[in-house]
Order: sequence, then C-alpha cells, then structure tokens
Amino acid sequence: MNYFPDEVIEHIFEYVVSHRDRNALSLVCKSWYRIERCTREKVFIGNCYSITPERLIQRFPALKSLTLKGKPHFADFSLVPHGWGGFVYPWIEALAKGKVGLEELRLKRMVVSDDSLELLSRAFPNFRSLVLVSCEEFTTDGLAAIAANCKSLRELDLQENEVDDHKGQWLSCFPDSCTSLVSLNFACLKGEINVGVLERLVARSPNLKSLRLNRSVPLDALQRILTRAPQLVDLGVGSYVQDPATETFVKLMNTMHKCKSITSLSGFLEVTPRCLTAMYVICPNLTSLNLSYAAGIPGSDLIKLIRHCKKLQRLWIMDSIGDKGLGVVANTCKELQELRVFPSDNIGHHAAVTEKGLVAISMGCPKLHSLLYFCHQMTNAALITVAKNCPNFIRFRLAILDATKPDPDTNQPLDEGFGAIVQSCRRLRRLSLSGQLTDKVFLYIGMYAEQLEMLSIAFAGESDKGMLYVLNGCKKLRKLEIRDCPFGDTALLTDIGKYETMRSLWMSSCEVTVGACKVLAKKMPRLNVEIFNENETADCELEDEQKVEKMYLYRTLAGKRKDAPEYVWTL
Amino acid sequence: MDAADIKNLKATELRLGLPGTHLEENNVIITEEKSSLSSTTPVLNNNKRPLQEETSPANNKDCGSKCSNNNTDDDAAPPPSKAKIVGWPPIRSYRKNSLQEQSEAAGGIYVKVSMDGAPYLRKIDLKVYGGYPQLLKALENMFKLTIGEYSEKEGYKGSDYAPTYEDKDGDWMLVGDVPWDMFVTSCKRLRIMKGYEARGLGCAV
Repeated sequence: MNYFPDEVIEHIFEYVVSHRDRNALSLVCKSWYRIERCTREKVFIGNCYSITPERLIQRFPALKSLTLKGKPHFADFSLVPHGWGGFVYPWIEALAKGKVGLEELRLKRMVVSDDSLELLSRAFPNFRSLVLVSCEEFTTDGLAAIAANCKSLRELDLQENEVDDHKGQWLSCFPDSCTSLVSLNFACLKGEINVGVLERLVARSPNLKSLRLNRSVPLDALQRILTRAPQLVDLGVGSYVQDPATETFVKLMNTMHKCKSITSLSGFLEVTPRCLTAMYVICPNLTSLNLSYAAGIPGSDLIKLIRHCKKLQRLWIMDSIGDKGLGVVANTCKELQELRVFPSDNIGHHAAVTEKGLVAISMGCPKLHSLLYFCHQMTNAALITVAKNCPNFIRFRLAILDATKPDPDTNQPLDEGFGAIVQSCRRLRRLSLSGQLTDKVFLYIGMYAEQLEMLSIAFAGESDKGMLYVLNGCKKLRKLEIRDCPFGDTALLTDIGKYETMRSLWMSSCEVTVGACKVLAKKMPRLNVEIFNENETADCELEDEQKVEKMYLYRTLAGKRKDAPEYVWTL
Repeated sequence: MDAADIKNLKATELRLGLPGTHLEENNVIITEEKSSLSSTTPVLNNNKRPLQEETSPANNKDCGSKCSNNNTDDDAAPPPSKAKIVGWPPIRSYRKNSLQEQSEAAGGIYVKVSMDGAPYLRKIDLKVYGGYPQLLKALENMFKLTIGEYSEKEGYKGSDYAPTYEDKDGDWMLVGDVPWDMFVTSCKRLRIMKGYEARGLGCAV
C-alpha cells in the first residue's frame, strides 16, 4: 500500500465509514494515520470527558459531524445526582474557536444550555443537523435560536428531552426562506405550538421526510399537514382524539390513503382508540411502530392494529398488549428484528407480560436480534427455549419488575436461563440481567459471552468472584455498570489494567471502599476515578474504610475534569 | 344534582312498603363530593389503581406490590426491598414522568352512581372499564343486584333495574345505546333506576 499515491488511499478510505473501521485504519501505519485523520468527517466520542475538544480538533481538521455522549447510562434512572456534568458549551465554544466546519451535532445525556444552542446557531454557517437525546437544560428559547439562525437546517430531532417551555413561539422563528427541512421531531415538547405556523412550515418543506408532532397538535391539523406532505416516510402523531362520526375523521381516513410512503409510525400521545381504524391503510407498509407512549390504547386495540402490520421490523409497545397480544405479534410480524415492551403505569388494570409472551415471540420471529423486555416474571425454561429459537441476539435486555424474583416455577435463580442465552447467542454485544442471580451466571457470561461489550447488573451475585469472572472472561467488554451487588475491593483491584481497555465502569451500592478507589486511582493515572458523596459536606474527609455509595471511573486523556460539582471527588 | 336534591327526590319517590323501613336505617350521611376528578382514595377494593402515595418522581412504583403485599411485614429483611427502589424498573425518567402526566391528565373519569333506594351514592372511575359488560358487572357487584343484558330493542328487559346516565345535555339516557368511548366522554353521572321508572325508559311507550 506504500506504493499508492495518497489520493488513491484517500479515495479508498471514503468508502470506510464506520468509526470503528476508521479507528482500525488509523492504527495500521503512520501514513494511514495521517491520511485517515485528514479525511475523517464523522467522529464519535462515547464519553465527553475522555478527551479535550482541542485535541479532537487538532487531530481531525476536516471534522463535520460530531457525536458526544455525556452522563453515565444509569443517569437515565435517576442514579446520578443533578449537576454531575456533561456540559456541551465548552465543546461548541472550542469548535467555534477552531473554525470547524461543523454540520452535524448529535448529543446524548448532555447538559445543553440555551447559550450553547445560541452559539451553535451562529458559529457554523453550514450547520444542518441537530439531534438531542435525553438532554436537559435548554428551553424553547434555544430552539428559537436554532430555527432563526441556521440557514440550511435539515434536521432538528428532539428525543426524550426535558425542555422548559418559554412560550416564545419558537416554531415561528423558522424564516420563510427556510425550505430545507428533512426531519423535524418535537414530540417531547410539552408546550403549545402555533398550528398555523406549523402547517405553513410543512407546506414550504418539500423534502420533509420525518415529522413527529407533540401533544398540542390536534387531529384536524394532522389531517391538513398530511395533505400537504404525502411524501412523509416517518410520522409521529401528537394528539389523536376525535369523534369518529365527524367529517374531520372521514377526511383523515381519506388522507391516509394517500400516505403510501409512511413506513414508520409513532406517538399517539392522547388517543381515541376507535379512530385507529384510519391507520389500518398504512399498516401494511410499516417497518417501524412505536406505541410505547400511547398509554391510551388498550390491549385489544393494539392487537387489532398490529394484525395489519405484516412487514414490521421494529416494534416498541407497552405491556398492555399482554402475552396473548405478543402471540399475535409472533404470528403476524415475521420480519421482526427489534422488540421493546415497556411497563404501563396502571398495574393490574392491564394484562401484563410474562415469560409466555417472550417464548411466543421467539417461536414466531426468527429474525429477532434486539430485545428490551419488562415483565412480571421469567423462567429458566423460557429463557432456554428463547436461546434455542433465537441464536442471533445482539442485544438482550431483560427487566423483571421485581428485581430479584426467582424462577416462579422452580424457585431457582435464573443463572441457567441467562447461561443458555450467552451460550447460544455468540454474537451478543449487550446484556442486561435481572431476577435472582448467583455468581454462577457470571461464570457463564465470562465463559461464553465473547463479543459482549456492555453489561448491566443489578441486585445480583454473591461474592467478588462474580465480578471477576466477567472482568477476566469478557475480552471485548467496554462498559460495565453494576448496582446493589456484593462486589468489593478484591473484585475492583484484581485486574486494574482491564479498565483502560474499557470506556467506563459504574458501581453503586456495592461493597467497594474509598481506600480501594484511592489505590486504583493512584496506580492508573489515565483513569478518572470519581466518587459521589452526596451526604457529606465538602470539608468532610473521606475515610478509607468507608463504603462508596457511587463510583464512576473512565479512561481519559484529558486528565481530571475541572467542572465537577462539589459532591464529586476525583481521586 | 347534589345531596339535597337526592333527599328530596327520595321523599317524593313512590314505593311499595311502609316509609322508614328502607335502607335509611343505616343513617349514613350522604357525602357531598364536589370535584369528581380530585385524587380521592379509590372506590374500588381491587388493586386496579396504582399506589397513589408517590413520594418523589425518582421512586418507582413497585409493580410487584400486587402479589407481595403480604411480605412487607416480615421480620426477615426482604431481599432488595419489594418497596419502591430508586431506579428500578430501569425506565428513563423522561418516559416515567411522561406516562405519569398522561395518566394524571387523563385522570380518572370519576362519576357518581346513585341507585334508587340506596342511602348514599358511590363513585366509580369509568376509565377502569374496557366496555359496557365490565361496567355493568361492576355495578351489579357494587349494589348487589342484577341488571342483565342490554338489547337495543328492549333495554334491560327482565330486570328490575335500568342503568341510566345523565349526558352533557342534561338528558337521562339508557346505558348501552352509544359506543363505549362516546359514553365515557359524555357521561356525567349514573343512576340505576328501579321499578316502574326503569321499565318506562326501556320500552317504547
């Protein structure tokens, strides 16, 4: 390859897109490292504290698209106190200073202030795509800045963010000259939006392919919008409440007939179930259906709808569908690849799901590779059956609502069931465990889960051995998160070199002591070992024998961070 | 109609049997419940409503509480407590808050149910029922009577009782005529009519 001129290699590299492949290329030789870094446009940073923005900009001068993740995953479940970190402003500031030609920014679990959005909107003339997932702190004022100032905005995608509504009519800030929108998702916004403004925006966006509305957009507006945008591919319905005996509803039924391009459907944040019949006409085309926020749809209506969705590849649904409903899914959705079943709020009211539903799915959907399943109970027999039927799992996440529940049939822990999963699914990359579990399950995981990259453990195990099996066995492990397990200092300190091969380790409510964390931090300068001490004041000394409530450690080239709040001790 | 009206209505009600020999013996005060959607304690005795004492958004409902209530008084420390555990089940706070808001906004649709001859009213949450059969069954259980089956032509023939409701226009309608969803959104209160009055509504005169 040394004999090829650089331009040829550059051209070849254009075809290499995934950041992992790119990372591999850069390690081959100095020449490839140089060519790769000069041509890389998309960079993924899984932990925003692992590197400084300046270093990023220095290495990748052609940077156009950046993905950043901030808080640890367990922050999703309220385990990380407020103010921990993950601020995006310093990044945007550095990118602006470095005159980076930023076009896309994707953020997950980061703190995004209105100021950062304002700066973002002004500093990058070619900026086209903003995706915010589970972020916080920004308000509709920040969105107004994006709308007003990003002249060639194509994508504004807000997923599950907590956004304060400042009633500023942010949607009106899109100028009349903005006609480039391809994707607009504001389903998570709680406030009202001006429906007329929205309709006009849709009317002047001929390239609009994805539109997800919030609850304030009523059904009649939906009908008018769909009339103007029959080219939509992805639709998120806001409010879907109407008396089916009205002309409005009839109009909607007719409009749906023209929406032949819709392959992805979501939303129904409020819903009159009987009106779902209008959706039947597009169901045969759907490959993705997300009704996990549609609490107003009873199981029977879910089932009726799904019967029409024979092409479904991705289904996110609530457990109100019940085991029987999952049986219908198994019989209907033969192309199913990803399934998520979420718990509904009204326990006891709806039929919940158990191991039976999962077994039915495994029997009917051979292509299933990603699962997130909240259920009331699980058995070893069921897991063994599922493992046999679906050897292709890449992601397997099981959350039994009673976290330490054993197999109800045998009263045994679920070690054998999960053991079967890891043994059968050789390509498993992500695993979340629940139910009563001993050290044995970790022995199995260490033995068989060779491709495992992310493991989430809660209320499991009996001794340090459990954690050690995993650390020793899973060579590709990148993220390990543990809560409420009896793993202590021995487990933490036995193989400290391992942590530099991983992105991060989270341990909370375990048996790890301050002293052990200090030892670890001292021996591994390229790890940040953070301890959260919410009860103590800043002046209080940390005793070595004290048990650590929450510990988060991650590899980093950026050194100790300067923006940590008072309760975070970086050792 | 408030409590005073009910008392007056009963006074004018024609019944067989001597006055004062009815259920008034219990001397139960008819409670006046002003707002129908306030968070009163659930009327039903089953576990259909979630625990209403949510201390903080971070604390999760224990979805297993239905089956494990008998464990909470044990001496032995329950393995990771069956009470609310922070962060379990592992659902994103956004999702949890969103669904909570949805169910609060949707609220319950609590309506008063009066039955002719009963000394006090009951209240039920229409949201809890999937349709007419469940509602009628619940009413039958609550008031210990048989309402029977609905037919379009003859109402609740063969029964001494007819379930009726007051709709948004203030008219008294027979339960069962309109689709369930429409009923739920238009029903303001229920009244189980008894005796000849019931038959009057049910048949064509």
